[in-house]
Amino acid sequence: MSAANQISASVRPVDVAVETRPLPRLLAGLTVVTILGVIAGLYMALVYAGTDIDQGDVQRLFYIHMPAFFGAFLAFGATVIGGIMYLRTRHEKWDVLAVSGVEIGMAFAIINLVTGSIWARPIWNTWWTWDPRLTSEAIMVLTYAAYMMLRNGIENPEQRRRFSAVYGILAFVTVIVTLVIIRIRPDTIHPAVIGASPQNAQGTFELQATPGVSAALGVNMLVWGLLLPVTLLWYRIRLENFALHVDALKARLLER
Amino acid sequence: MKTPFLHSVASIVRKDLLVELRSRELITSMALFALLSILIFSFALELDRIAREEAIAGVLWVTVVFASVLGLNRSMAMERDQGNLDAMLLAPIDRSAIFAGKLAGNLVFSLVVGLALLPLMTVLYNRSLLEGWLLVVLLLGATGFSTVGTLLATMTVQTRARESLLPIVMLPIALPVLLAAVRASTSILTGSPFEDWIAWPQILLVLDVIYLVLCFLLFEFVIEE
Repeated sequence: MSAANQISASVRPVDVAVETRPLPRLLAGLTVVTILGVIAGLYMALVYAGTDIDQGDVQRLFYIHMPAFFGAFLAFGATVIGGIMYLRTRHEKWDVLAVSGVEIGMAFAIINLVTGSIWARPIWNTWWTWDPRLTSEAIMVLTYAAYMMLRNGIENPEQRRRFSAVYGILAFVTVIVTLVIIRIRPDTIHPAVIGASPQNAQGTFELQATPGVSAALGVNMLVWGLLLPVTLLWYRIRLENFALHVDALKARLLER
Repeated sequence: MKTPFLHSVASIVRKDLLVELRSRELITSMALFALLSILIFSFALELDRIAREEAIAGVLWVTVVFASVLGLNRSMAMERDQGNLDAMLLAPIDRSAIFAGKLAGNLVFSLVVGLALLPLMTVLYNRSLLEGWLLVVLLLGATGFSTVGTLLATMTVQTRARESLLPIVMLPIALPVLLAAVRASTSILTGSPFEDWIAWPQILLVLDVIYLVLCFLLFEFVIEE
């Protein structure tokens, strides 16, 4: 398939006039709120919350570590919704949502892995261990990397959107496995925050034991688990729309 | 007038088995790969008696899964290259019947390889693998990854990268099945008490049901053309 064909084929369903407007008011407002939220969250985590008696300051990483996973969960959830809606309506905007969800979700999952790793070095005495939960999360990230590979391996745009939707729905199984694995595998050393930790959990702590922990966690959950992923998703969707718009313009030029 | 579901499934399976009986293309390459794989593992891991007890289930499952990837790729590429996929799409049968038929065929090939490995590994690794529950776990595990494998192979044969893409997209998705299957097999082979490991076959069964439902629903979207 020649380049010109490929571009014009990927373009037809795009509304050329879309997304040439300046930054929407709501998004601008959301951006300001999110930046303030990140600052407030960092203040709560680094200053307001009391220092953990056993673990010291490194425990403060947790305020970002756990909320980041829920940020990834939300973004990958957006991919599932995008996938289902694309298969039902065949409107391209849902595919844009799905691919944006994958990229943002991967970013949050990597934040989750890196902060966890830095925390594990002093607490578990190792950067990485083949614990069930760590393994399943690494596989979750690889699954979404496979999503990107699959996407790039398909030339026909309609087929690419369709297959991506199917794979994005299936891939969510790995997210659910990562979420529930510490409940069904008793040999994990990863602590649980909600409910009782597994027997062998290392580096666990009580929400009530240190003052300010619950409040700091609550604020950061709101910021990293909701505000930040939603804002970034919106920007990523706009970026994708701009890219499609540029493709459409290019195709028009080639048609002349 | 549509051909009844079971009848069309049976025809597709019969066709796959007949082609295989005449060409022996799939089974030969899968079996040869499986044989090589367990020999390589046995050298690479330098297994002594105790390490063998621990690792044997892992070796069995890795070999079965990779052999199946090989088979899935061939089985789907054959449908596509010889235009049979289009013929099946034109035929007055349910899309889900095509999926069920291909799944049953692929499952049979995986099971044949798995079953052939059990006596072979019993001899080579000097540890009896012929246990009733292991057969149950083999059936459940093979069902799980054949289900996702059939769906994903149908997708990957239509892409540019073809053969190389299937293991990359299939292994992470099939991993929950593999984890549960390896855990169950290891416990069975090391002789743990029944109550300790019966949860794993149960988890496998639940995973199988989830994957079957999901893949049946999603299959019609990967073959529309």
